[in-house]
Amino acid sequence: MNREDFPMFKQDIIYLDNGATTFKPSVVIDKIVDYYSNYSANAHRGDYSISYKVDVEYENARRKIAKFINANLDEVVFTSGATESINIIVDGFFDNLVEPGDEIILSKSEHASNVLPWFRLANKKGARIVYAPLDTHLHITLEGIKSVITPKTKIISLAEITNVVGDLRPIKEICELAHANDIFVVVDGAQSVPHKKTDVKISDVDFLVFSGHKMCGPTGIGVLYGKKELLESVNPLILGGGMNESFDSEQEIFLKELPQRLEAGTPNIAGAIGFGAAIDYLEKIGMDYIAIYEQKLKAYLVERLMQLEHITIINEESDSGIVAFNVEDIFSQDVAYYLNKYNVCVRAGNHCAKILKSITGVKNTIRVSLYFYNTYEEIDSLIELLTDKDKIIKEMI
Amino acid sequence: MNPELKREIMIDNYSNPFHKETKDEEDYIKENGNNVSCIDDVNLYVKIEEDIIVDAYFDGEACAISTSSTSIMLKNIIGKNITQVKNYITNFQNMIYEKDYDKNILGDAIVYDEIYKQESRKTCATLPYTAILKIIDKK
Repeated sequence: MNREDFPMFKQDIIYLDNGATTFKPSVVIDKIVDYYSNYSANAHRGDYSISYKVDVEYENARRKIAKFINANLDEVVFTSGATESINIIVDGFFDNLVEPGDEIILSKSEHASNVLPWFRLANKKGARIVYAPLDTHLHITLEGIKSVITPKTKIISLAEITNVVGDLRPIKEICELAHANDIFVVVDGAQSVPHKKTDVKISDVDFLVFSGHKMCGPTGIGVLYGKKELLESVNPLILGGGMNESFDSEQEIFLKELPQRLEAGTPNIAGAIGFGAAIDYLEKIGMDYIAIYEQKLKAYLVERLMQLEHITIINEESDSGIVAFNVEDIFSQDVAYYLNKYNVCVRAGNHCAKILKSITGVKNTIRVSLYFYNTYEEIDSLIELLTDKDKIIKEMI
Repeated sequence: MNPELKREIMIDNYSNPFHKETKDEEDYIKENGNNVSCIDDVNLYVKIEEDIIVDAYFDGEACAISTSSTSIMLKNIIGKNITQVKNYITNFQNMIYEKDYDKNILGDAIVYDEIYKQESRKTCATLPYTAILKIIDKK
């Protein structure tokens, strides 16, 4: 559905790598072109009309995003993406809080961006990384989280939906449990915010990070959401223009209010405005509708894949549009190369979840990740291409 | 060589690779081969005595092109001296990068003579060659 909105679909292409990034609808592209063509000034310099318009559009985008996740306006900080957002809170907030012996709960199916910043912090502070157990479907459960909480637990940082297993974590319940034990909860929403309704007040997360490009927006723009009282304590890692109120020759610096304090330098104006347009676009389709459609499409994909004897699905119980599988005896990348010959784009590899293999024993997989613009016909084409194993072997090189 | 025969040689070296084994031997120089743009991950182990490559084997996980290319390379270099191996590598690389080369010394490795048509797979074919060069440099 909505395929006519996307210029990329003028090409004969089946795009099934939406976990990596998504296509952009014309309304987003046009919005960016409009900024560069018609009011290409800097932000926060409202002395003339076109600059004033930049401020209005930039802050409008923030307003749309805040509403989209039910946050307050000053709780939404623009960043370059989910990765930068996590790094900002790890180094700018938790660096001041974590003490030797503290425990940080992660899982072994997290993306590198929700692992490596924590590793560095733990190494620096003498804190300990604790992995929440995964059940037989590789899912995180509330019970599993409960089993690893100790008096030393300070932080739980999890993806709401993981990028390989695709399981949906019970974030609201995890937050309840965590907050009852004075534990902070950080949520990586890169794979969930684009696909389902998000409400930070209902879930009560402390921090939420996500990226624009995985939800029809431009690359290089993302969001750090934090509860106001917590964001107030985030130490700005980057200093410069746009984030200070004043400074003097005595080296005294007075910082701006949130969120500008955390957005030093000329921001990614086109990115933010384009992201705002993407939010409008998604709202028009409806996040609940997107979630239901993707569920049905995924169920169909799994059902069809299971009919093929030479295919093993790693995560048939996934709660999202992410399905990881392997073709018997064929290296995942060779399958991806083969599919590419038919203009089918899938991802092969470990998908940045490099410690997951220690549990599954499977290092690399083919990953199909769906979005609302994918169709049943595309799944049929994929299945047809995967039906004959000999054909794959014959044509993979 | 016709495309069908080339494909057969590649698949044969992929399905039954030469000296692909996991073992822990002393006196072998180890080098990892990997590409930034893909998930190939091959370890090469080479034993050099005096000036001769007396033995070599590999392990790891890689695509059909990388695996078959490693298999064919090992068949071609064992028993050769460093000068011969360097000459062989130069010729192979010249073939991949569309320069003049002597196909007579490449053996089965000429099955990759048209790989330049698939830009993204050049790095697959050259992966073991990059690794063996590092080993020779270490020596």
